[in-house]
Amino acid sequence: MAQVALRNIVKMFDRTPAVQGIDLDISDREFIVLVGPSGCGKSTTLRMIAGLEEATSGEIYIGDQLVNDVPPKDRDIAMVFQNYALYPHMTVFENMSFGLRLKKFPKPEIRERVQAAARILDITNLLDRRPKQLSGGQRQRVAMGRAIVRNPKVFLFDEPLSNLDAKLRVQMRTEIKKIHQTVTTTTVYVTHDQVEAMTLADRVVIMNGGRIDQIGSPHEVYHKPRTQFVAGFIGSPTMNFLPCRLVENGAGLTVRLSDWLALPVPPSREARYRPRVGQEMIFGLRPEHIREGRGDMPPGSAAFDARLDVVEPMGMETMVYFIVDGVEVCGRVDPAAAGNVGESMRLVADLNQMHLIDPRTEVVI
Amino acid sequence: MADVVARDIRIPARSGQLSLHKFARRKSTIAFLMALPLIAIIACLVIYPAFYSIHLASLNKSMTKFVGFGNFEFLFRRNTFWMVVEQSLLFAITAVIFKAVVGFIVAHFVHNLPSQGQRKWRGMLLIPWVIPPAMSTLAWLWLFDPSYSAFNWVFTHLGIPQVAWLGNPYWARFCVILVNIWVGSPFFMIMYLAALKSVPEQLHEAAAIDGANWFQKIWYINLPMMRNIIQITALFSLIVTFANFDIVKILTNGGPVDQTHVFATWAFTLAIWGNDIPLGASVSLFMAPILAIAAFFILRNVRRRGNEA
Repeated sequence: MAQVALRNIVKMFDRTPAVQGIDLDISDREFIVLVGPSGCGKSTTLRMIAGLEEATSGEIYIGDQLVNDVPPKDRDIAMVFQNYALYPHMTVFENMSFGLRLKKFPKPEIRERVQAAARILDITNLLDRRPKQLSGGQRQRVAMGRAIVRNPKVFLFDEPLSNLDAKLRVQMRTEIKKIHQTVTTTTVYVTHDQVEAMTLADRVVIMNGGRIDQIGSPHEVYHKPRTQFVAGFIGSPTMNFLPCRLVENGAGLTVRLSDWLALPVPPSREARYRPRVGQEMIFGLRPEHIREGRGDMPPGSAAFDARLDVVEPMGMETMVYFIVDGVEVCGRVDPAAAGNVGESMRLVADLNQMHLIDPRTEVVI
Repeated sequence: MADVVARDIRIPARSGQLSLHKFARRKSTIAFLMALPLIAIIACLVIYPAFYSIHLASLNKSMTKFVGFGNFEFLFRRNTFWMVVEQSLLFAITAVIFKAVVGFIVAHFVHNLPSQGQRKWRGMLLIPWVIPPAMSTLAWLWLFDPSYSAFNWVFTHLGIPQVAWLGNPYWARFCVILVNIWVGSPFFMIMYLAALKSVPEQLHEAAAIDGANWFQKIWYINLPMMRNIIQITALFSLIVTFANFDIVKILTNGGPVDQTHVFATWAFTLAIWGNDIPLGASVSLFMAPILAIAAFFILRNVRRRGNEA
């Protein structure tokens, strides 16, 4: 068990920066998920913690030890790779026990540890098979088993579920969460899938262009995104972004989105937004905060009519799309209430959940 | 392929008879007809000479009388024959082992070079294999020359006594093996390099995290992953080395006192210089059973692993 700390880590590939100075403190037993689009430096960061890549500058600590110059084998970490990286010529037992055998553990202890890990992962009946004879999900379990038997200070997961089909991915996601609850080891998990990040993490680290945009609990990054990138990356379907102008309207403020659409800012946000009056801003609102118009109108929400451009029934809900000044906007409504394409529909925007973004800095105000 | 064959068998069984038209349209018939030119070439160039040499081996020296196993009985009684068997085995096995070891080590070095320089090195290291051995062996002959030997020149300057490279039987054996290793190692290198490239880098990374040092990575990851290529390359090279002719012929011509003869050179000496073609044919026939046994054992292992991998 150990904490991990990154201090101003930079990684250059030739002259191309992959990671541009990140600081991160991971506490003991914490489950941290690094998430971001491809090329954002999340895997490189993980590989630097593992020791598979050397940091160009900065310091990496595992426990209290500075590990920059410590080879992977002496860092006491275990890693699960995207394509499992199981040794094809070894049986499941040999794969799982390989690290222990190299460290010259006594045979009975190796057997005991492998059995224990196999029980956790429910693969006791596969120990004599070779990786070729296993399904994707089983291989994934073996790869995790190989990490668990070592009882390392830190688990590193590099997109471990990307090669599984959608159904299995959801199932394994739950399993990983369960396993972390059983084997409470500090975990760093890399994924490009924000759903995985939200469901697994104690804290989510959102990376973009080699930098950390935000670190926070899943709740925090969803409700209080720090930048437009985070706001757009977290949540599915993605947040609607519309250019707007903040104008004074009597005593209150209004967000003017187009000639026909202007939404009132809730009183609770007025103080925060007032300095921006008259400026061009970006208005952000998640699809789930644009609902069908019902009888009651909660405070802070505003109703409007929109002509539906596309209607996508999803079963438990229906996505409706309409156009505001050339920008497509998505709302998430009750299937029973959804209108037809080309028709006008009454929608309600929950403005307590709105965000205003400065278009120059892309920071959420 | 298996179910194609199975279907072909079932059709005539059901209809009871087979029309010529159907027969001509069967996949296996077409496959056979297409392979026929190659089969004809193999028959002319391999099978016919093979049987002809068996026929020759059963004749007397003037090739006028059938003597059955007479030539073989004569060979078994001669010490030179057993010496040639011994030298051929020593030559082939030692050379193949060293070629494999040198090729394996060099392949690892080349594999770990940065990719820009790698092509250049790969090309240069292939040179000994690409030059016709008849030519490169002549260069070696010069290096080993009793009067002009470059090695001896260096030895003299270092104060080491000179060596009669090709005059002393033991050194002569050493020399023919050395030149064979020099010529053949690049082939192993290129085969092993190809095998190394097919070992996923992530396995090395996983092993590094599991605690393996560089030697353990080679021993537990590379070697088992390359085992099939290592064995097939060794078998192929064993056959070629066992049947080697040019290096021994040019470097020592079998001497001193027949000590460096291998099957091919001795057969040539007996048949052409000794004017006893049937005896030469008998000697050369001995290569076949020895190689067949080696091939059987090596390929059996390869097939067994092919199923499990």
